[in-house]
Amino acid sequence: MKTGLKKKDWVLIMIIICVAWLTVLVHIFIGGKGANRVIVKIEGAIQDTYNLSEEGEYEINGGTNVLLIRNGKASMLEADCPDQLCVHQKPIALNRESIICLPNKVVVEIESGTSREFDAVTR
Amino acid sequence: MRGRVAYFGVFTALALIFSYVETLIPFHFGIPGMKLGLANIIIVLVLYRLGVKEAYLLSVVRVLLSGFLFGNYFSIIYSLAGGILSLSAMALLKRNGGFSVMGVSIAGGVFHNIGQLAVAMLVVETFSVVYYVPVLLVAGMFTGLLIGIAANEMLKRLVNLNE
Repeated sequence: MKTGLKKKDWVLIMIIICVAWLTVLVHIFIGGKGANRVIVKIEGAIQDTYNLSEEGEYEINGGTNVLLIRNGKASMLEADCPDQLCVHQKPIALNRESIICLPNKVVVEIESGTSREFDAVTR
Repeated sequence: MRGRVAYFGVFTALALIFSYVETLIPFHFGIPGMKLGLANIIIVLVLYRLGVKEAYLLSVVRVLLSGFLFGNYFSIIYSLAGGILSLSAMALLKRNGGFSVMGVSIAGGVFHNIGQLAVAMLVVETFSVVYYVPVLLVAGMFTGLLIGIAANEMLKRLVNLNE
């Protein structure tokens, strides 16, 4: 079957796949285990911190979003925005994973205790 | 080319219809911002048949109109960043030569996602969205390829547009 793709197209595809793999590797290298904290940021500022092992539902940002922590995973249960993108997102559990509600500027992030210390040193 | 304005109007209407059709498809992969980008078929078409300037104009007009009709303030900034970056990449590759319509469209899809991610990073002031880069890159590649194939077939059948 003739695909109609030219040589440069294949080069482009290879470059994209390589870059994607590289970012996956970088993520595995810096991310990973030991994630135990759920951090809620509003407009970039840390608002609340929850323990990933404690189950519960939390209202955040004055009630615009509802955060659910269950089975060591965090997900967004409710949001008052029209497109509900954050609600449809998969639950997160790995270090540096995040759920973002863009209209309300809410970020829910997973972090491990050690990486926070690391941040404090480098800053 | 005669009837340039008329063609532009038709393409704008088509792009809007595609934007609307896309809102009807429930496309949730668990990744925010992942879309098929049907309207991109028209952008690619205009880029090849009418020119770069027209493609930019259509891109902006489409984002504004579809944003007001089906989206919100955030989806406009989002799509505008993605659209402009994607079109710039496509125009560059097309001028560079050696790329097929599919290749150009792939670059468009990938850079559309990069543009959106960059805006997300600025708005929420966090770097943790970098986590989505590999998924968005590969997703952009596949949607770009699909759009490219569709646009290529349409271009073959629209040869007499330049007269």
